Amino acid sequence: MAEQTGNHENGAFERAVRTAAESGTDKPMVSNTKSNKQAPVVDEKPTDSPDLLSMYRRMVLCRALDERIWMLNRQGKAAIMASSQGHEAGQIGSVEALKKGYDQFYIYYRDLAVLLELGLTPTEIIKGFVAKEGEPLSGARQFPTHGAHPEYGIINLSNVVATHIPQGVGAALSAKMKGEDRVVIIYFGDGASSAGDCHEAMNFAAIHKLPVIFFCENNKYAISVPLKNQMAVDSVASRAEGYGMPGIEVDGCDITAVYEATFEAAQRARSGQGPSLIEAQVERYLPHTSDDDDSIYRPPEEIEEAKKRDPLQMLKDLLYSSDTLDEEQEDLINKDARQIVNEATEEAENAPYPATNDFYKHVVGDNPA
Amino acid sequence: MTEMILRDAVAKALREALDTDDRTFLMGEDIGAYGGPYAVTRGFLEDYGEDRIRDTPIAEAVFVGAGAGAAMIGMRPIVEVMTINFSLVAIDQIVNHAAKLSYMSDGQLSVPLIIRTVTGGGGQLAATHSQSFENWYASVPGLRVVVPATPQDALGLFRTCRKDNNPIIFAEHSLLYRVRGEVPDEYYEIPLGKARIARPGDDVTIVSYSGMVRVAEEAAEKLDELGISAEVIDLRTLSPLDLDTVVESVKKTNRAVVVEETWKTGGFSGTIASNIQEVAFDELDGPVLRINGPDVPAPYARNIEQAMIPSADWIVESVTYNFGL
Repeated sequence: MAEQTGNHENGAFERAVRTAAESGTDKPMVSNTKSNKQAPVVDEKPTDSPDLLSMYRRMVLCRALDERIWMLNRQGKAAIMASSQGHEAGQIGSVEALKKGYDQFYIYYRDLAVLLELGLTPTEIIKGFVAKEGEPLSGARQFPTHGAHPEYGIINLSNVVATHIPQGVGAALSAKMKGEDRVVIIYFGDGASSAGDCHEAMNFAAIHKLPVIFFCENNKYAISVPLKNQMAVDSVASRAEGYGMPGIEVDGCDITAVYEATFEAAQRARSGQGPSLIEAQVERYLPHTSDDDDSIYRPPEEIEEAKKRDPLQMLKDLLYSSDTLDEEQEDLINKDARQIVNEATEEAENAPYPATNDFYKHVVGDNPA
Repeated sequence: MTEMILRDAVAKALREALDTDDRTFLMGEDIGAYGGPYAVTRGFLEDYGEDRIRDTPIAEAVFVGAGAGAAMIGMRPIVEVMTINFSLVAIDQIVNHAAKLSYMSDGQLSVPLIIRTVTGGGGQLAATHSQSFENWYASVPGLRVVVPATPQDALGLFRTCRKDNNPIIFAEHSLLYRVRGEVPDEYYEIPLGKARIARPGDDVTIVSYSGMVRVAEEAAEKLDELGISAEVIDLRTLSPLDLDTVVESVKKTNRAVVVEETWKTGGFSGTIASNIQEVAFDELDGPVLRINGPDVPAPYARNIEQAMIPSADWIVESVTYNFGL
């Protein structure tokens, strides 16, 4: 059976809240300056307890950015968008538990917060959506948020569902063969968990005890297909036993629970004990993508119900209850986020389009790692 | 010069890769204790160990995908897909991913991954085990497709592939493994994208690759007996493609035949033929002939299968009939 964690009984949760309240330190908001393409400093070890106020700021920014990009799509300026709204705690909590600039992040199309957490700026991200010169992941060749940022350890090359999972396993195989203690976290949705590539990759990683965290963001829909038509079991995590690795169900809207589960899985991976499967139960507040209309298949009451556990609200409530956040601060945080997003939008919209005279650039690879 | 069979030339190439580059490892089905489905890696497990000679589950998508993932971050893996027929199970990893990762990452990543696989029919293995898909892969930007016909080429081309930074389909024809040939003792490489004139001639150009080169050479012998001098060109690689050598030959002979084992519809012979007529139309004394297998799945029955694979007699008949020679 899947191991249940993510409850608040082990004290880590309270400890995290206390630390955030006591420290009073606010990590600076995600910088909106241009990426200098320098590898970020490797964290020696992630903090034992995450700074919840800082994570709240980052979550607010991500939500504001997500809403803006959706709006850009509706304005006809961004061709397509897969929203991360409702997934943010799972993404931010998991990245926080890993070593930025060292571990590898095989992400998928709904992982906006992961990109922000790892160092992409809102300007760079919007440039991807409006397909402008200087977009750092693919030079605006691939879908928005897709491409690679080797210095940040970001790989998000495909959007053929689940196909990145074997590739991430290969990166972990490489890390193991080189004797590195690097962890590869592979994010995917519940939809991807049904694909053959996912099964093959999990089996392979378990056979070779590879340093992988399979991180399933289960929002209960594969585009329009609900969970009951995707699988006959209650949880994705329960499959882990069949591969010979731990499966952990966690409330993906509870940022601390996600942090703890990921931290444990990372320790297991780093110490040579092999892969883990984390299933983060998250919510999807918007249609699959901007091209989708979820009113055809999803009752509005269900979305209203899901919004009762909005990860942003849950974290805010927690911070209020521990006196870490007050209304004045909240307003300031919201205002800051709006300003960053406004500036990023303006900068991205004013950037030139990519040149059209180099069709063949990089069709042939010439830049081995 | 040392005489060896193509299987041993490939094995030598693989051993060189393992001996000289610690980023290289092999992955595939039955390549370890069993020594490879076509015995290419016999003895490798004992010599290099389990870490570098990895037997995989029957799961092509993961070992090709994992190969690409490892290649992206600094390894130089060589994966073995038992036959090109099974590469279809991993075709998404090859076509949608390995081939495009450089482009999709704006050149930040390269995938130096060699995918060795066995191609071709003629062994009574029927519809799902006798196909040749090199032509499909050759149409995909970002992939190299290497199709050696001799032991010397297999070794020399493989050496070049190891230095290339792109995903490569290295297709070895199953019926060529026991073909003997001279292999130079001194180190040499053969560049990708340089065709070989397997036999010089003046009256007709026969273009072929992989298993069909031997058939074309046999046809040239027979044509010679009829007083017709045929030039046989072995393309060696379909991507990159050496059209210059083909066109130069056609300018001399004014007649061209393209011979290919696989189905005519969509065959690579069509690409060659159209290129010839496009750039050398005025040089031609007749249509560019395409000799391909018929558009039929490979049958099990030996007599039917043999009747479907282009043969020397078939080429001779076609040349003499169509060109009035």
